[in-house]
Amino acid sequence: MNDLLTVSSSPHIRHADSTNGIMFDVIIALLPAAVYGCFLFGLYSAAVICTCVLTALLSEFLWNIILKKPQSVGDLSAIVTGLLLGLNLPPKTPLWVAAIGSFAAIIVIKQMFGGIGYNFVNPAIGARIILLVSFPSFLAGASNFVEPISLDTVTSATPLEVRGIAGAAVPTVKELFFGMNSGCIGETSAFLLLVGGIYLVARRVIKPIIPLSFIGTVAVMSLIFSGSINEMLYQILTGGLMIGAIFMATDYTTSPATKWGKLIFGIGCGLITFVIRKFGNLPEGVSYSIILMNILVPHIDKLTAKKPFGVKEAESNG
Amino acid sequence: MGKNLKYFTNGILEENPTLRLVLGTCPTLAVTTAAKNGIGMGLAATAVLVCSNAAISLLRKVIPDKVRIPAFITIIAGFVSVVQMFVKAFAPSIDKSLGIFLPLIVVNCIILARAEMFASKNSVLPSVLDGLGMGIGFTCTLTLMGMIREFLGNGTVFGLTVTAGHITPMIIFLLPPGGFFVFGILVSLSNALAKKKGKKIVEHIGCENCPSRSFCEKANEGACEEKEAVVNE
Repeated sequence: MNDLLTVSSSPHIRHADSTNGIMFDVIIALLPAAVYGCFLFGLYSAAVICTCVLTALLSEFLWNIILKKPQSVGDLSAIVTGLLLGLNLPPKTPLWVAAIGSFAAIIVIKQMFGGIGYNFVNPAIGARIILLVSFPSFLAGASNFVEPISLDTVTSATPLEVRGIAGAAVPTVKELFFGMNSGCIGETSAFLLLVGGIYLVARRVIKPIIPLSFIGTVAVMSLIFSGSINEMLYQILTGGLMIGAIFMATDYTTSPATKWGKLIFGIGCGLITFVIRKFGNLPEGVSYSIILMNILVPHIDKLTAKKPFGVKEAESNG
Repeated sequence: MGKNLKYFTNGILEENPTLRLVLGTCPTLAVTTAAKNGIGMGLAATAVLVCSNAAISLLRKVIPDKVRIPAFITIIAGFVSVVQMFVKAFAPSIDKSLGIFLPLIVVNCIILARAEMFASKNSVLPSVLDGLGMGIGFTCTLTLMGMIREFLGNGTVFGLTVTAGHITPMIIFLLPPGGFFVFGILVSLSNALAKKKGKKIVEHIGCENCPSRSFCEKANEGACEEKEAVVNE
């Protein structure tokens, strides 16, 4: 039948964007860092990532079956959540811990709050924090991190931790940029994460405001406090800042919809990250900064909502 | 007799203070890190609840309406002091783990709510039975929550080893987020059970039972009834 004759209600012009198309782009953007992480830390880290992805898929599948809901595995968002969680775990995480984290991400943080689009914080970050609080012995501390490219598992502190230990070898800025350092599976190579980020921006999946303002705030703050460019580069390139700013802070559901809102969100994330790193007891603050700002998103959105042209103050309140 | 039994069982199941009326949330979340603390807190609150319900019911015609809340609090505080000294003397370890939450029973909203909603309107026997039922309901919920949280967060139940040493427990269940999580799951389970039995989830309170009726200008106009009617639709 001729399409022009179809009678339907508005909207009449649709974009080809779909949830699984966007999620597929995110998976593509994460793959370089994931593959590199497996190469760097050995096959076991690949098993960690696979466990996360498979548990996420299985949890979502079973939840929908048990509660007789429409099957949502096909939108690929569970794969993205599992992949992000896997990339944010230390290379030696026990597989059952990874599975619990993935289960918590999908069931507790996403489905219990209403499924995709209703989660109040980013599922992968929420799960990482649940694991960090539940199993500090597996998630933090030097014994869980591996010296890169060594098949025998030599444990080593992450750069953010190493710098607290006097006399320990600190990787150079170049090593950090290309990811020749220890850390969580997917967070080491700033270069590959940036490549993924640029791909997402080029595909118009994300807008660059949040990553730029997030990383920019951390950079400016560390420059002000230390006065050295080298220190600034270390702050930007170490820890989960790149993966957090590019892939986790930009989650649609848990980031503001408006331009100014995104800017406030990014700056807020950057400030909290810097304050935790500089003054807190924890070696890393990216997860906590994103989760705290996630909770503020509805308020940021409300404060920065655009007023329709010509609407008076009194009317818009009513 | 049947009616008296109803007053007693009401607090245990249908109007369980923590799960159905959502009262006393603060001690519920704070002390249930171990089953032993849950049972201790529950029994202490039950003792205070039964005694204060009896005393308030006896004095209900003497207490002037305008100063009833301070009067209730004074009575409750008296019984809490007794219970606190008793626990300090005979169960010092429970006193230590309950800490500030034992004296805080004074402002526990279950006790105040039962004084306000029930004891100040009913004679002594129903008030005592109501207090006992509510107290047992509170104790059961706290013990259950304590058991779940202790098992998942520490691998023990009542201090006895179950999985501790074999499986690393999830410490988060001993921390506030775990408390909220277990509490939320239990409330939703009890709501699901009540729904299955065809019970209304939102209880109709009405103006005559409303705690703020003495301050409310529209107390006898039924201003809230309309709102509730809309909610019930």
